[in-house]
Amino acid sequence: MVNLKINNIPVTVPEGTTILEAARLAHVEIPTLCYLKDVACVGSCRMCLVEATGARGLVAACVYPVSEGMEVKTNTEKCRKSRKMSLELLLSKHKKECLACERAGNCELQRLSTEYGCDPNHFEGEPLDHPLDESAPYVVRDRDKCINCNRCVAACKKQSVGAIGPIGRGYNVHVGSAFEMSLMESVCVGCGQCIVACPVGALKERTTVDSVWEAIADPEKKVVFFTAPSVRATLGEAFGLPVGTNVEGKMVAAIRRLGNVEVFNMDVTADLTIMEEAYELVSRIKNGETLPMFTSCCPGWVKFVEQKYPDFIPNLSTCKSPQEMFGALLKTYYCEKNGIDPKNLYVVSVIPCTAKKYECTRPEMNGEVDTALTTRELARMIKTAGIKFADLPDEEFDNPFATATGGGAIFGATGGVMEAALRVAAKLLDGNFEVVDFPEVRGTSPIKEATYSVAGVTVRVAVASGLANAAEILDGIKAGTRHYDFVEIMACPGGCVNGGGQPTLPDSVRNNVNLKGLRAKALYSADKENTLRASDESPVMAQVYGEYFGSQGSHKAHEVLHTHYTANKRI
Amino acid sequence: MNNEANCTACQSLGTPEQEAQLHAVIEESKSTPGCLMHILQEAQAIYGYLPIQVQKTIAEGLGKSLSDVYGVATFYSQFSLTPKGKHRVSVCLGTACYVKGSDKILEEVEKQLGIKCGECTADGLFSIDSCRCVGACGLAPVMMIGEEVYGKLTPDKVKGILDSYREEQK
Repeated sequence: MVNLKINNIPVTVPEGTTILEAARLAHVEIPTLCYLKDVACVGSCRMCLVEATGARGLVAACVYPVSEGMEVKTNTEKCRKSRKMSLELLLSKHKKECLACERAGNCELQRLSTEYGCDPNHFEGEPLDHPLDESAPYVVRDRDKCINCNRCVAACKKQSVGAIGPIGRGYNVHVGSAFEMSLMESVCVGCGQCIVACPVGALKERTTVDSVWEAIADPEKKVVFFTAPSVRATLGEAFGLPVGTNVEGKMVAAIRRLGNVEVFNMDVTADLTIMEEAYELVSRIKNGETLPMFTSCCPGWVKFVEQKYPDFIPNLSTCKSPQEMFGALLKTYYCEKNGIDPKNLYVVSVIPCTAKKYECTRPEMNGEVDTALTTRELARMIKTAGIKFADLPDEEFDNPFATATGGGAIFGATGGVMEAALRVAAKLLDGNFEVVDFPEVRGTSPIKEATYSVAGVTVRVAVASGLANAAEILDGIKAGTRHYDFVEIMACPGGCVNGGGQPTLPDSVRNNVNLKGLRAKALYSADKENTLRASDESPVMAQVYGEYFGSQGSHKAHEVLHTHYTANKRI
Repeated sequence: MNNEANCTACQSLGTPEQEAQLHAVIEESKSTPGCLMHILQEAQAIYGYLPIQVQKTIAEGLGKSLSDVYGVATFYSQFSLTPKGKHRVSVCLGTACYVKGSDKILEEVEKQLGIKCGECTADGLFSIDSCRCVGACGLAPVMMIGEEVYGKLTPDKVKGILDSYREEQK
């Protein structure tokens, strides 16, 4: 252990701790821009410069290790002047559209500039006129707001995608795709981890809020919303509620107040996905077909396989994702049952994800979901509508798609799809199987493995979140060092609760709180409190199979609920 | 986007000899940590520049992203992303040449060849670059074509010099 003093406060920390981490223990906040816990730590923005005994000049607290007897001063005039100068230099190259910027009020650069009393026009850089990259249906990149902190680059690299990187040198250095390709042409998979890593407004989703407002105002259109499992666990953050608060009831109430809309529960089609996927798994095992089977509910992961590992396409489950199953169910079963012309049904999914925005534009999906809104976009609509979120009563989802099982709810966390699928697949193998808890596949570890034996069948499973971990699994299978029958992958580390469409929280929260864990806990509590745990117990499943699909894996189910994928190798 | 990424000519790896050389360089260096710089230098020696297909091949060979490779290729001025001409015109913009008006020489070369500094003519005969001091300040302003040095230049001398290379071609 190492003893040191930070602003005269004594702290004792393990060897190798950085000054920044030690300061946290002393309850001293050191400002940062390029640092992001678990994602980026390079010491390039110079915001965290501090004075430390034994060091020449100011040192970057995020990378400088502590030593015995060190005395650190974080708040001297020298530090403050240096930080202010760094900020003013960054502002000289920053498009200052702060009045209506996506991140106004939630921007690290704005916050620090205010705290340090910066003159935004102290230095004048070259005129900023780079066009927006609006090539992709999921993310918009504004180079002129970028402060070159490279947090997005680190997030993308951590995903083992590497669609963006620093280009050039000196004043001209900027973040972009190789050969100045647009994001749509690059290897980007649309996960949006860059957006939630960005400290400013340089990255945001491609918003479709206006189309939704338009549809709501159109008397010809019937508008239906459905919300993904994890949105209930994160939407509250956009209204100042603590991380991990389940706001399902208020969320439903808020959407209902946006206009004449119906609000459905996407956990229902999470259940439906499980019904089909568990059946597919058991069929593949019994018929000796391609294994391991991979889950296919995450569109970022699917795009990653199509682009980087096309050989594994036959391993992807043919089941559509819950979002697309809902779109398909609404535009067929629901429209037929209620005598609605599918053209007049406007389907909005609310998802924690940017890749889902891309998914609903895929030609295979036939436009069954008209648009997908991120959790952030829904929050913005609620604010625009002047709805007092905290004061809303708790309301219930609309029928016939209100009731779902706990298995549907946990889809939003890494391991959730696996657990929900195991609950049903085990029963398909052994009708008397009653276990619903599979703790081995829970938690936020990057890769989880387990082996289960049911009715003489052994199923080896793996769960990974974060595409670098997915790549590790795929490389292992290719090399013959890993052997599984069923694998769940979520592109975002921790699963959808940490998706690229979730609320962007300030660094002061992100660097100190276990976001993934707290948000996931809200979903596992919802699962535990639900009297229905396995998807096949859902009355809605009994209804849609009874009235429409017949049985799991039926011809009709395949027609409506399954899809295919296309190799699209990219480097 | 850069046109090069869509240009079919750039989707090839040159002659079979060039392609074999590139693969050999990657194979022999890829287990050495920090080999990217070396491979890029060798690749540029093979192709004269670093087109997209060459960078993709290097990225795939090393298990890196194209962004990583491109980031290094654009960081160092020794690497070129555009092809070089048979005759490489290099105009010195070092201090001595600059005060003697080498910016006017560069302008004239650009005008005569109809391309900008850093580019290559469509017939592949000439490319223009600027450089910083060739060690012949007494002759300022200076330009080089290939290994040949031309000193005490004035804009009106440029056309004649370029023409002598065009003649040689015929």
